[in-house]
Amino acid sequence: MSKKEKLSIEKKETKRKSNYTIALAGNPNVGKSTIFNNLTGMNQHTGNWTGKTVANATGYFEYRGETYKLVDIPGTYSIMSHSEEEEIARNYICFGNPDATIVVVDATSLERNLNLVLQITEITDNIIVCVNLLDEAKKKKIEVHLEELSNILKVPVVGVTARKKKTLNNLLKVMRSVCEGKEGINPIYQIHYDEKIEKAIEQIQESIMEQYKIEEKLARWISIKVLDGEKRILKEIEKQLNIQLINHSKIDNARREALETLGEKGIYQEEFKERIVSTIVKDAEKIGKKVCQFGNKDYANRDRKIDKILTSKKYGIPIMIVFLLLIFWITIVGANYPSQFLFSVFGNIQEKLIEFATYIHCPEWLSNMLILGVYQTLTWVISVMLPPMAIFFPLFTILEDLGYLPRIAFNMDGFFKKACCSGKQMITMCMGVTKWEIF
Amino acid sequence: MKEKTVNELNLGELGVVNKIIGEETIKRRLLDLGLIEGTNIKPVLTSPSGDPRAFEFRGSLIAIRKEDAENIKVK
Repeated sequence: MSKKEKLSIEKKETKRKSNYTIALAGNPNVGKSTIFNNLTGMNQHTGNWTGKTVANATGYFEYRGETYKLVDIPGTYSIMSHSEEEEIARNYICFGNPDATIVVVDATSLERNLNLVLQITEITDNIIVCVNLLDEAKKKKIEVHLEELSNILKVPVVGVTARKKKTLNNLLKVMRSVCEGKEGINPIYQIHYDEKIEKAIEQIQESIMEQYKIEEKLARWISIKVLDGEKRILKEIEKQLNIQLINHSKIDNARREALETLGEKGIYQEEFKERIVSTIVKDAEKIGKKVCQFGNKDYANRDRKIDKILTSKKYGIPIMIVFLLLIFWITIVGANYPSQFLFSVFGNIQEKLIEFATYIHCPEWLSNMLILGVYQTLTWVISVMLPPMAIFFPLFTILEDLGYLPRIAFNMDGFFKKACCSGKQMITMCMGVTKWEIF
Repeated sequence: MKEKTVNELNLGELGVVNKIIGEETIKRRLLDLGLIEGTNIKPVLTSPSGDPRAFEFRGSLIAIRKEDAENIKVK
């Protein structure tokens, strides 16, 4: 408890009114859930595969007298396409009205992560970039100039090592000042597309702002989507903002005109999307080059050598089998002792319960139903199931932290593909096997 | 000259992305990962069954299946 007091964060179990809402966004595997858990004191399972946060997880915490609601949205590389996670993430950032959006990025692959950051800068000004895994980056001899990044993006940038709670203090401080409106007075970074595309965006933006009372930034973003012509996103925007876009004659006219002009200049609808994505990726590359400094590449080479062995034809699968068997063996053998212990404890209590039932002259049918039925079944299930789970999942987490799970998926994908699955299913299967072995 | 795909690159051989063809969803996914025209890409690992292979680009290591890799044309 003392550690938590230092951070002056209090765990809140019950839902309560919050003063501020914070969204937590980021690529998959950047430590979003670790930050979420450390701030809220909750214990959401962290995993290493895409879309593991299927829905938004919500937690509460207190900092300096204010209650904050933290919403952990699904990890995605982008918020422009159709997958379920991306839709949930996009909808929350756009329409959830968070007071601030923290975008967690991985210091070891900043460039790729900046792609998402830039996409979010198109939607909201209240962004905090949280650079995580600085310790990993240091190990890999990558230096990230946080101040420079903040100067370019014109948003607060905080460096943390999520596993160490202490380092989150700074994030909290910045978060507070953003929520209270002390930051973000100046306009933040804006992506500039091709001159021709900018013109087209402007056209639509004007027509949207004529029709509806929408803030300039949001109108710009909607304009890009209108030009893009993705019906699903547009329909969602219509629903959320209660406006009409697709069948609105004036906007549709503006759209047609803009597309015509673009077409005359050689940019066709199909290409439009690619141009947008390319501009963002190139911007991310430019910024990444400015703020990251790479030391010698020895470390990456060592990693690559280990990877070569772990995925080789000869050793890849045997190593995997040994690893998994070892984990299963530890789980099965190790679980026996706590299982027996639980059995005997619950058994003793059961005897006492029966004695008590006889003592109060409880009718036999009732005591049998409650004690031999409900109680016994419940305790047996707990004694059998709980210990293996308590052993298996932490062990599996170690494999996750080592980054071995994606390697397993990589090794197995070829075989799983034959069954029209992906290698990722191997991990789900491992989980399944433990549950099966318990019985 | 016939255009090469990243599938035809040997391990360790560098390619420069020219164009991504094929189905829209997978194309989008690859674009989102930063695989735009002019990106350097290099296959570095092969899984035990030969497919998928892992490619290095933009500082990340990403596994791509053969059927998807066939859609990435390189210069």
